[in-house]
Amino acid sequence: MANPIRVLVAKPGLDGHDRGAKIIARALRDAGMEVIYSGLRQTPEMIVDAALDEDVQVIGLSILSGAHNAIVPRVMDLIRQKGMEDVMVVVGGIIPDEDAEELKRNGVAAVFQPGASLEQIVKYLRSEVKQPA
Amino acid sequence: MYQGRPWTMRQFSGFATPEQTNERYHYLLDQGQTGLSVAFDLPTLMGVDADHASAEGEVGKCGVAISSLEDMETLFRGIPLADVTVSMTINSPAPVLFAMYLAVAEQQGAGWEKLSGTLQNDILKEYIAQKEYLYPPRPSMRLATDVIEYATRRAPRFNPISISGYHIREAGSTAVQELAFTLRAGIEYVEWTLERGLDVDSFAGRLSFFFNAHNDFFEEIAKYRAARRMWATIMKDRFGARQERSWKLRFHTQTAGCSLSWQQPYNNVMRTAIQAMAGVLGGTQSLHTNSLDEAYALPSEHAVTLALRTQQVIALETGVTAAADPLGGSYYLEWLTAEVERRAYDYMREIDEMGGMIPAIERGFPQKEIAEASFEYQRQLERREEIIVGVNQFESEKAEAIDLLEIDESSGSKQRDKLAGLRRRRDNARVKTALDRLRRAAESSENTMPHILNAVKAYATVGEICGAFQEVFGCWQEKTVL
Repeated sequence: MANPIRVLVAKPGLDGHDRGAKIIARALRDAGMEVIYSGLRQTPEMIVDAALDEDVQVIGLSILSGAHNAIVPRVMDLIRQKGMEDVMVVVGGIIPDEDAEELKRNGVAAVFQPGASLEQIVKYLRSEVKQPA
Repeated sequence: MYQGRPWTMRQFSGFATPEQTNERYHYLLDQGQTGLSVAFDLPTLMGVDADHASAEGEVGKCGVAISSLEDMETLFRGIPLADVTVSMTINSPAPVLFAMYLAVAEQQGAGWEKLSGTLQNDILKEYIAQKEYLYPPRPSMRLATDVIEYATRRAPRFNPISISGYHIREAGSTAVQELAFTLRAGIEYVEWTLERGLDVDSFAGRLSFFFNAHNDFFEEIAKYRAARRMWATIMKDRFGARQERSWKLRFHTQTAGCSLSWQQPYNNVMRTAIQAMAGVLGGTQSLHTNSLDEAYALPSEHAVTLALRTQQVIALETGVTAAADPLGGSYYLEWLTAEVERRAYDYMREIDEMGGMIPAIERGFPQKEIAEASFEYQRQLERREEIIVGVNQFESEKAEAIDLLEIDESSGSKQRDKLAGLRRRRDNARVKTALDRLRRAAESSENTMPHILNAVKAYATVGEICGAFQEVFGCWQEKTVL
C-alpha cells in the first residue's frame, strides 16, 4: 500500500482567520493524509523550510487577506530556489479570478475559492499528487 | 423602543490610506449613516507599522492603515469628534489607537467628557476566535483594564470595551456558544476592573457588547433576549450592581459575514436584510449590514450604499420600530429564549469550574468547542443537511460579474513614504524618552494610558509602542486546536 500523502497546511502573513485552514487540515487527515498545520503568522521562508523538513508532497496556503499577490510569488520563488518543484502548491481563500490565473501561471497547481467543498479538494489531491512509494 | 431614537446605522469601514477612508466616511455620513466605525488594516491590528517587513503586501488591504497620530488626524479630517460617535475595531493595540483618538479630539478642542463612541478592546475573544493577540493573556488583560479604568475617569460617555461574540460566531461557533463565551468574557472584564478598586456602578453602564446576526432568524432574536436577561441577572446577583444602567446590556450587531456567498452574490442582499431584521427585532442599539461583495473584497461604494439602504428601509418603511421587544410573549420565542439561556448558563458554569475564562483559554476549551462546531457545520453543508442557496442548491453555471473595490500596493508605498518623512521630522529624542517611560510603566502596576498618550503625542508609532510592550510582556504563541 502506498504511503499517505503528506500535506503542509499553512497560514502565511498576518491574518489569523484560521477557520478554513483548520477544517481543511482536519478533513485531509480524516481522508488518510498526513497533515502538518503550520500555525499562524508564517513567513514564506518559514513555510518552505517546514515543507522541506517535513518532506511534504503538498503545500496548501490559506490566504483571505488580499495579500496573495505579495505572498504566493515569494513562496514560489523559494520553491524554485531550493529545487522543490516536485512539491505541489495549492492556494485556498479569497482570490479573485484574474489573480488565480496569474498564480497558476506562476506555478500554483490549483486555487480553491470560497464555496469549494472538502470533497472537491480531497479528490483533487488524491488524483493529482503522485503518491510516494 | 426605536420610536424616540432608531438604532445607530454604523457601517464598519476602512481601506487603503487614511485619505481614502476619510472620503468614504464623509460619503457614508452624507448618505445617512449615523455613526462611524473604523476598520484597521492587518498591520495596524497586529501592532506593526506600514514599513515593517511583515506588512509587505498587507497595507490597507483589510482596513485603513494607521501607523501614527498623523494618520489618525487625516482619518478624522473634517469630522467633529464632539458630535459624531466613533467605534474603533482594534484589540491588542487598542490603548494606542484610543490614545490617538483622544489626542485628535484634544486637537479639535473637543473635551473628552463629551466624547461618545466605542473601543472594541476585547482581547479574550482574540485568544478564543480571531487570533489578533500579541502578548500573553494576563498582561493583555492588564492593558484592557487600564483602558476601562482610564476611560471611566476621563471619558465617561465613551464605551471602553465592546465584549464580542461576533468573531466567535464567525469562527464557526453555535449561537449558544457565542452567547455563553461572550457573557463569560464579560464577567472576566468586570472582575478585573473591580480589582482596580472601582465601584461596579461606576463602570458597568459603559460596558457594551457586540453580537452576530446569523441566519436562524428566531434563534438570533432569542439569543439577544437571553443575553439581556442573563446580563441583568449577573450584574445584580453576581456583582451587586444597584443602578439600572448597570444592568442594561447594550449591543451592536453585525450581520453574519460568514453566511454570505461567493456564488450568486446578489443572494447576499436578501440574507443581510433578513439578518438585519433579526437584529432590529432583537433590540440592537447599533447595526452594521454587510455588503453583497463580502466574499470577494472590501465593500465597493455601490455595495455599501445598498447595505445602508437596507437599514433605512427597515427603519423607515416596515413599521417594526413601533414596539419594544415586539416578539415578547410569543410562545415560540419565549420557549426558545429560555432554551438558549439554559444552555448558555451550562457553558458558563463549566468555565467557572475551570477557574474562569483565562484558564479555559489556556486549556483550549472554547477553541475546541468552536473547532468542533465549525467542522460539524461544514460536514452538514457537504451532506446537504444545511443549504446555502446558490452554493449547494440551485447553483448556476454562469458566474455573475460584480464591480469590486480594488486596493493596490500604492497604499503601502504611500504609507511607507509618510512614515519615512515622519521619522525624520519628529523629535526622536522625545520619542525615545516617551518609550522608555512607557516601558517602565508597563513593568510597574501604573495605568499605562497617560504614558501611551505621551508617546502618541510625540508621534511614536503603533509599531514602536506595541514593540515596547512586547519587550516587557513577551509574545503569545497559541497551541493550535484543530
